[in-house]
Amino acid sequence: MKRVQFSSVYLPYLFIAPQMAIIFVFFYWPSVQAIQSSFYLEDPFGFGATFVGLSNYSDALGSVQYQAIARFTVVFTVLVTFLSLGIGMLLAVKADAVLKGSSTYKTLLIWVYAIAPPVAGLMGMMFFDQHIGPLVKFAALFGWDMKVGLNYNDTAIAMIIVSVWKQIPYNFIFILSGLQSIPVSVREAAAIDCRSGFRRFWTMTLPLLAPTAFFLLIINMTYALFDTFGVIDVMVKDKAANNPITLVYKVYMDGFRGNDLGGSSAQSVILMIVVFVLTIFQFRFIERRVHYN
Amino acid sequence: MFKPLSLAGFALAISATTSMAATNITWWHGMAGRNGEVINEVAQKFNAAQSTCAITPVSKGTYEEALASGIAAFRSGEQPNILQVFDAGAATIINAPGAVIPAEDLITQAGYTFDREAFIEGVRYFYAAPDGKFVGMPFNSSAPIMYVNTEALEKAGVEAPKTWEEFEAVAPKLKEAGYLPLVQSQLTWQFTENFFSRHNIQFATNNNGYDSVVDTEINMTDPNLIMMFTKLKAWADEGYFGYYGAGWNDNQKLFEEGKAAFWIGSSGSFGGLQKTAQKPFSATFLPYWNSIEGAGTNTFIGGAALFAMSGKPEAENKCTADFFQFLTSPEIQKFYHQATGYVAITKAAYELAKSEGYYKEKPAAEVGIQQLMLKSGDWSKGYRLGFYPQIREIMEREYGRIFAGETSVEDAMKTIETEANELLARFAKTAG
Repeated sequence: MKRVQFSSVYLPYLFIAPQMAIIFVFFYWPSVQAIQSSFYLEDPFGFGATFVGLSNYSDALGSVQYQAIARFTVVFTVLVTFLSLGIGMLLAVKADAVLKGSSTYKTLLIWVYAIAPPVAGLMGMMFFDQHIGPLVKFAALFGWDMKVGLNYNDTAIAMIIVSVWKQIPYNFIFILSGLQSIPVSVREAAAIDCRSGFRRFWTMTLPLLAPTAFFLLIINMTYALFDTFGVIDVMVKDKAANNPITLVYKVYMDGFRGNDLGGSSAQSVILMIVVFVLTIFQFRFIERRVHYN
Repeated sequence: MFKPLSLAGFALAISATTSMAATNITWWHGMAGRNGEVINEVAQKFNAAQSTCAITPVSKGTYEEALASGIAAFRSGEQPNILQVFDAGAATIINAPGAVIPAEDLITQAGYTFDREAFIEGVRYFYAAPDGKFVGMPFNSSAPIMYVNTEALEKAGVEAPKTWEEFEAVAPKLKEAGYLPLVQSQLTWQFTENFFSRHNIQFATNNNGYDSVVDTEINMTDPNLIMMFTKLKAWADEGYFGYYGAGWNDNQKLFEEGKAAFWIGSSGSFGGLQKTAQKPFSATFLPYWNSIEGAGTNTFIGGAALFAMSGKPEAENKCTADFFQFLTSPEIQKFYHQATGYVAITKAAYELAKSEGYYKEKPAAEVGIQQLMLKSGDWSKGYRLGFYPQIREIMEREYGRIFAGETSVEDAMKTIETEANELLARFAKTAG
């Protein structure tokens, strides 16, 4: 480990002060406020707040609907994370192997990332529109009467497809650069030792990609949990009705639209705890198996 | 460097166009598109008509976003003078004591006389206190009415139904003629809230929630309501009714394209429909069940009202009162009515439009007002229920499940009732 010597003991604190100030204003302060108001039932205009202890938490966790939304969130997060990572990796490995016109392929695969989630949602909504959606017409060819916005499972499938599609380029960029950082000598040695491309990928490429993949795993989970909000909001067209939604969307519906501050604060604290636990778990159990050189 | 300067220049230009000495008031609203433009036109008319006050309308997005912004601003003391709040959010703002100055008080304190009788029947109670005092000033008001594809009627050789019984009789003929007989755009507003109103049935305890928030319970398991939705589901299965989700436009589209014979929309849809409908159309009242005793009463207003926020200086409140007074003048009401399709809320404005022959030219524009002016009953005045936006979301979810075949009508209504009553009890605690 290198140690940098500063002339004054306070200087390093000064350097990190701007960053800390931003984290304080935009993360710690709102978090503390959320924790505080999660123990109260509050009139939205702020005239009176009644301390209710943990009842906001028990109301949320005890609700059948909340549990159903939580279950969907788990399924959604797992599917979006693994599909976008898996497809991103497949495309990156294949694009990496292409010699002619590789930059064209790469650019084509990357540029989807420039699309903002709500725009992706809007495009998805058009593709899956009940009346004019080309993908709905395509599904009809196979006798599948797809009703996005009406049928729970159909909407869930459409949401997952759009969310995965939006995230693939991000994974693609990282995995491609990870692949290119694998030394040519190692690849050549592996190619001499083993003919099977699949096996080479499994025993040589993947372990060397592990640090990148681990980073992407965390990023993708956060994406599926939080950043897909825009996709969901556009696809349900402001009316969740009987369509699947994730926990973040439920927080928004109850707090922002329903003006139930206490209830939605409790829900956001629950989410905060989930992310906290998930991160600790990932770092303790998965990162141990990852080798950084 | 030029940026702050140009901004300052811009601000100067704005303040120069209004009067330097004028009192400025702000008006936050949740309207977009053509309706948002009309709001700006109304504000310009007000600013041009007098010089002591200058109003600035600001669009805050959707109805829900406007209410949320207003609440957030109030909590930090930055509230606008006037906030537009939609029907479902009325209980939230009216039950917060001290958040608003009742419109009637504001207007009388400013030295004007206020006549409740000048307003048409259907708009008089929804945003008022239990004693009838206007808390919110009704602004964009609409009623759920039935639009009729006249070509479809001719082809099938039938007439537009007044009752649901008549609808059942004509639906097979319309289907045979190749039409989808019925679509609607909002099951909560059109087939729930206004179902209770049109059939004069109690919607919630405590006088539909007007008298108190304590122990208010909703009447979702009413046998008549269950009957309505059982019929809707049966019609859907037989191809007489099409349900395309909770979104407004997905359902309206079928009517615009001329594929549906009847569409339950809003009287405020009239303006837009004139541009988008591909077939000639007319309009008539929302049908009711003749078999339900006492049915056929009026519906109450949907849309939104304007609320004068408290905590503002005296001079600004005077301007807000001036603006409310200006807004209810027959000329402005008539202008707003004709530009948007929302109903005229005063009798004088209605008479003015009528005397000019507007309804001879466009009969469909009159249907909403006439429906609001039908005879009223004890339970046709509307409702005041807390956390109602969330209750609507529960209804939308369960109604969707009914049409997806995931639940029965009885179970769905029971679920809605249970969850809504829990929310109402929570609301009573926040307001208490």
